[in-house]
Amino acid sequence: MGRVVHIDKDLVAASATPLVLGILADGESYGYAILKRVNDLSGGRMQWTDGMLYPLLHRLERLGLVVASWGTSEAGRRRKHYALTPTGRDALAERQQQWTVVADVLQRVWQSAQAPAARPAVAEGWA
Amino acid sequence: MPAATPENGHEQLEAQIDQWRSYVQRRRAISAADVDEMEDHLRGQVADLAATGLDDDEAFLVAVRRMGNLDAVSREFAREHSDRLWKQLVLVPDGPAQDAAPAWRELAVVLALAVGAGIAAKIGLAAFDADSVLLRNLPLLTAPFLAGYFVWKRRVAWRVVAALLVPYALLAVVLNVYPYVETGSTVLIAALHAPVVLWALVGVTYMGGRWRAEEPRMDFARFTGELVVYVALLALGGGVLLGLTAAVLGLVGVDIEDAMGNWIMPFAVPGAVVVGAWLVEAKQDVVENIAPVLTRVFTPLTTVMLLVTLVVLLGAGDLTAADRDLLILMDAILVLVLCLLLYSVSARDPLARPGWFDGLQLLLVVAALAVDAVALTAMLTRIAEFGFSANKVAALGLNLLLLVHLARSGWLLLGFARDRRPFGALIRWQTRFLPVYAVWAAVVVVGFGPLFGFA
Repeated sequence: MGRVVHIDKDLVAASATPLVLGILADGESYGYAILKRVNDLSGGRMQWTDGMLYPLLHRLERLGLVVASWGTSEAGRRRKHYALTPTGRDALAERQQQWTVVADVLQRVWQSAQAPAARPAVAEGWA
Repeated sequence: MPAATPENGHEQLEAQIDQWRSYVQRRRAISAADVDEMEDHLRGQVADLAATGLDDDEAFLVAVRRMGNLDAVSREFAREHSDRLWKQLVLVPDGPAQDAAPAWRELAVVLALAVGAGIAAKIGLAAFDADSVLLRNLPLLTAPFLAGYFVWKRRVAWRVVAALLVPYALLAVVLNVYPYVETGSTVLIAALHAPVVLWALVGVTYMGGRWRAEEPRMDFARFTGELVVYVALLALGGGVLLGLTAAVLGLVGVDIEDAMGNWIMPFAVPGAVVVGAWLVEAKQDVVENIAPVLTRVFTPLTTVMLLVTLVVLLGAGDLTAADRDLLILMDAILVLVLCLLLYSVSARDPLARPGWFDGLQLLLVVAALAVDAVALTAMLTRIAEFGFSANKVAALGLNLLLLVHLARSGWLLLGFARDRRPFGALIRWQTRFLPVYAVWAAVVVVGFGPLFGFA
């Protein structure tokens, strides 16, 4: 697992939505599983404050990008599942486009300029 | 909350999770469902951490830490669900089916009782022609439906219901069998005092028959205040609705005045009381009580009003010329002051230290007593000159009761403000004195007719 990199709050906020939508594009999931997936995908370098995921999911639900339904976990507990809606799929495509452009531009900038000195990671989380 | 199934040896963890739940649940922006969702997360995290070799305790601590600073998380929830900061009244919860069934059943019972009260009022309107007969009987017709709701809701024992039917029947007989003079004042006095007795009987059903205990009595006082506020709001809303309907129908030449008097009012008024009672019951622990909030606003204003009245009365000179309306007005003022006091007391934390509002209340009580002393002196001289009448005795009796109630309240309040007495003494005095009004009302209804020759 890689080292946890402290990511600026605004950047986390901006990237969280496409990340969650992207994970849900693979099929419906629930809070903890989404978080674990972020962890796996980033190789442990990106860690969220777990509690913050839920207000985000609720916001996406309110915007109609995902639908939530209550089911039961393997242990028989109440578990809230989220699935992507067609609107969510459109939103994801749009975000993907935007991020591709941003990432592409940034990549070119990094290549042309000297890479910034790597800073040691000090903290984790959003805040 | 779904039933927890603690695996063997994890009681400690279950206790910790329970504690965490109740801690999180205290945040208003985080609903019970959100806590369920986060608990599922927490348990998943704990299980994964335990699988890597941590013991329950360590795994729990790490999982809670990863959940993040609760203040920040709850702020984020509040941003997404700002409506939750306004407490929501859920009349019919849309939760799991087994919870929803009783709620729907309650709604059905309430509506049936409201319609029943309307039908009873309608029958009363058709059966009794004289106004005063109707006035005497309408509360008698409505009260059983309200009481019936509490009998159903609190599962009041049939023994209690039977015991309540005796005074109810007596009241009905007295009100209808006494040979009142139609234009006399005793019939009006009886009609005005009967609802107080009926309200006490409804109170016994509200308390589920535990009328001797003091805490339920205070609950009934709270309920009464909230019901008044709710019925007033329902009346306002209903009035607007009817006004608009009447205006629109008036444009096409349909006059709903007849329908209003014959059908809408007989059903709307008793129905509003029953539905209001249900609303107060349903919102009990969701919405802040309104009556105490109103007392905060009106206590200082009433104090100013009383001080002005006092100055004017003292400057007016001879008050013996004032008629008995003065006494009735004084009763109204004292009732208002008493309600202000009662509802502030009902909402106050008995353990809180005396503060400026207690001082303000004391000033209010003292001002009310001073105004009443002036008015009472004038009235007593007048009664000494012209003799007693049913009206005067009824007003005077109520005035004396209010005076005793307020004077002792003022005394206890003074003791509390000076740190000599606990606040509980004031609360106990309120709840102990309330039944006296019902007894007095019963005496007036039963005794005043024969005493004053039904005139």
